[in-house]
Amino acid sequence: MNRKDFLRNTAFGAGAFMIPRSMLHATPIEIQAALNGGMDVATKKILADVALAAAKAKGATYTDVRIGRYLNQFVVTRETRVQNVANTESFGVGIRVIANGSWGFASSNNVTKEGVAKTAERAVAVAKANAKILDAPVQLAPQKGYGEVSWKTPIEKNAFEVPVKEKVELLLAANAVAMKGGVNFVNSAILAVNEQKYFASSDGSYIDQDIHRMFPNFNLTKIDVATGKFESIKSLSSPVGMGYEYLNADPSEKLGGVVTRYKNRYDMMEDIANATEGVKQKIKAKSVEPGKYDLILDPSHLMLTIHESVAHPTELDRVLGYEANYAGTSFLSLEKLHSNKFNFGSKLVNIVADKLQYGSLGAVGYDDEGVGTKKWDIIKDGILVNFQAIRDQAHMLGMKESHGCCYAQSWNDVQFQRMPNVSLQPGKEKLSVDDMIKNVEKGIYIIGDGSFSIDQQRYNFQFGGQSFYEVKNGKIVGMLKDVAYQSNTQEFWNSCAAIADESDYRMGGAFNDGKGQPGQSNAVSHGSSTTRFNGVNVINTARKI
Amino acid sequence: MAILNKEQAQQLLKKVLSYSKADECEINISGSEGGNIRYARNAVSTSGGVSQNSLVVSSAFGKKLGVATINEFDDASLEKVVRRSEELAQLAPENPEYVSFLGPQVYKESATYVPATGAIDPKFRADAVATSLKIAKDNKLVAAGFMQNSSGYSAMMNSHGLFAYNKSSNVDFNVTLRTEDGKGSGYASKGFNDVNKLDVASATKFAAGKATGSATAKALEPGKYTVILEPAASIVLLENMFFAMDARQADEGRSFLSKGDGKTKLGEKLVDDKVTIYSDPQHPEIPTSTWNGDGRPQEKINWINKGVIENLYYSRYWAEKKKVKAVPSPDGIIMEGTNASLEDLIKGTEKGILVTRLWYIRSVDPQTLLLTGLTRDGTFYIENGQIKFPVKNFRFNESPIIMLNNLDALGKPERCVSGESGISALIPPMRIRDFTFSSLSDAV
Repeated sequence: MNRKDFLRNTAFGAGAFMIPRSMLHATPIEIQAALNGGMDVATKKILADVALAAAKAKGATYTDVRIGRYLNQFVVTRETRVQNVANTESFGVGIRVIANGSWGFASSNNVTKEGVAKTAERAVAVAKANAKILDAPVQLAPQKGYGEVSWKTPIEKNAFEVPVKEKVELLLAANAVAMKGGVNFVNSAILAVNEQKYFASSDGSYIDQDIHRMFPNFNLTKIDVATGKFESIKSLSSPVGMGYEYLNADPSEKLGGVVTRYKNRYDMMEDIANATEGVKQKIKAKSVEPGKYDLILDPSHLMLTIHESVAHPTELDRVLGYEANYAGTSFLSLEKLHSNKFNFGSKLVNIVADKLQYGSLGAVGYDDEGVGTKKWDIIKDGILVNFQAIRDQAHMLGMKESHGCCYAQSWNDVQFQRMPNVSLQPGKEKLSVDDMIKNVEKGIYIIGDGSFSIDQQRYNFQFGGQSFYEVKNGKIVGMLKDVAYQSNTQEFWNSCAAIADESDYRMGGAFNDGKGQPGQSNAVSHGSSTTRFNGVNVINTARKI
Repeated sequence: MAILNKEQAQQLLKKVLSYSKADECEINISGSEGGNIRYARNAVSTSGGVSQNSLVVSSAFGKKLGVATINEFDDASLEKVVRRSEELAQLAPENPEYVSFLGPQVYKESATYVPATGAIDPKFRADAVATSLKIAKDNKLVAAGFMQNSSGYSAMMNSHGLFAYNKSSNVDFNVTLRTEDGKGSGYASKGFNDVNKLDVASATKFAAGKATGSATAKALEPGKYTVILEPAASIVLLENMFFAMDARQADEGRSFLSKGDGKTKLGEKLVDDKVTIYSDPQHPEIPTSTWNGDGRPQEKINWINKGVIENLYYSRYWAEKKKVKAVPSPDGIIMEGTNASLEDLIKGTEKGILVTRLWYIRSVDPQTLLLTGLTRDGTFYIENGQIKFPVKNFRFNESPIIMLNNLDALGKPERCVSGESGISALIPPMRIRDFTFSSLSDAV
């Protein structure tokens, strides 16, 4: 039943590798089994038609069928040894219907003609039971059928086809760099995800999708034996909607500066060498003096601030109160949207939702209710202009069609509105990070995301980070530690004073965006260029116990 | 497949074990049945039934371990899953931290299953929601809530003769009530093994009182305040301390219990001497399984005794390496209190703040256990022993270790559910001096 927002593992015992909860209940399989194609599309169509007919016969006025095969692979190491190699699979069907004006949902791992027919009938029975306590019938935005179509993440190399041995060798070689460099502990992992989703609906769509995601990462810790203090730094990689090609280091995808940062290709060996030096500096760094600072936020950090303070409060279900008992509501409202003058941020702030973006975690051709995906404005020149809505919410915004951001974490969970990729657009004027720092008298340049917390209506937040660089009179003068900043969402985005140009644009993301009861995970990316916010309140987090 | 009783589980596990050709084999099986219902904006939004069964086979050859899972229970499938785990074991790298499975153990009977909870049906859930909605509407409040129940069993057997079985039931109910103008909010969360202890109407009324009472909040300056934390507020702080009481983390130097040079604070007085925290699987208010997932018996154990760190929990590997007893991590946490009521604590407070609930708790610094988060769903100013007025919500930055050193008074423990992790605990309301609120929030 855990938990709102970013889900986390809560088993007793610290140090557990972050694995989305939804992936923990799947069945272990051999890698060869993961590489066979599973059920063929023609069979899926036959089964989907059986389900559509069964639901209609029982009185459904709308039906969608999702036959899903969800594959995951984890390769997890620490220091010199492999901790875990696991391949998991989950296969089944989820059927959602409208009957007597109400939603009903049922799922089963019996994916046969009999199994899907029975599941469809169960879904109709649930809908009819719910209809008895219904105030207003579901209003579904119209959606044309696409016929038989398909979409695949544009990958160059399927991560599941890369031998486990190669992954283990990479991770242990990276760990060795860190250990040789004098860190005390290092954990590293490669996570690969493949969602094979077949969707069919009574609108006449038969959509076959093959979605790939992966995430190489590490976390290293250095202990100062004299003081007993310790510090950690994690990798600057991102979870991505790509294949194994993400790990093909490419100089043209790197950005220099105080530390190398990565765009669409990642160099793990270089990053771990940099982090090894970084953690040694961090442990010796000066403790921050609290006060107001201009913050220069790298995309690897800003992605989490965007996630919490922009992407969540613009989810329509939160705005309306559907998540009041769990994920929370929003400081935004339909009135603020319809005023067309709600000043979310400074004029520089342009934020878009995008389900198509290359390399992003949220990229799909069609969402989980058969809507072709798209890109739309959320904040335009600082003004709130839209929310995130799906088919049964579109009418609440006066829209004639869905935004295409409906998602279920698995075949056995019901789909609902989930966050698309939400990103800050780069600055329109040519501006580098160095140019941006040049004008700062007293500032902190933050790279990487750390601790994060925000209230249930998304006003007040506090963020930490990975690496903090002190900026004095236009120059980086050294590292800081014990840094966190606090602000109010609207105040913060109105303090946005400069955004670097497109050449600095990068995405970060996470697999574990959580919402709903029972909880479901969603994978989402957030892009930006380095951005400066003036006069933000910074606190010192050092304590003695 | 239905929920298996002890004899049925034993018979099935014996059969699976008979297929094994590995050096060692261990089988875990579990199954549960239950359902849930969710409501928001004063109407039911979703509902569903959940039924699951799975059998996990772990086979080992030397220090090479393979694990396979299945949810089909015919003989051919059962033999197949054993073979698959053996194949995976043969392919696996040697794990230097592998420890042989346990031999036979003696377990006490648990009290985790209550037939009445097992008998909850969709009508029961719908009726509970109807009761909750009526209270919301009668008070002109808007309700969003969730109820879920499950009953199930778990059992394990291995090639060294170990057999364990447990049956349990659980029901959770939580609700948020908000005033129609969105200026007041209240929350209640209850979870029990025994549904007879769940009073949906009373929980909803509690939340309604907080919602109505918090609607005219005034802003106070952030700073250090005496606070009274209700159990639903303190559990989300204390659980972060329990989660970090792993011996290996402490020994490795990366925990709040580390001192450097490989030494730890085990055996030292770390918090106020009014603090005694233990776990006890037989406790009538919070019964838990009498064995953990790898077959170790769960026994009554003190974690903090009169302020002294008395035990840490170990993996079997780390305990073997350190040559100590492999104490498993607990399933339920109990903190001793007094007979004082929450009202008694309020009466004894000259100036302070009553906190109903804390939210979005995150670690800021693992070496001091500094946490951040916010108050919500009813925060009130107390003066001269009385609640004076509701106050706006605060963000705090505080460590449970510092907080338990500033412990002023305790009340009577009550069972609560963490709004963050979902774990249950028996925790008293507590009064704390100098609790650090660092900023104000406009959130309701």
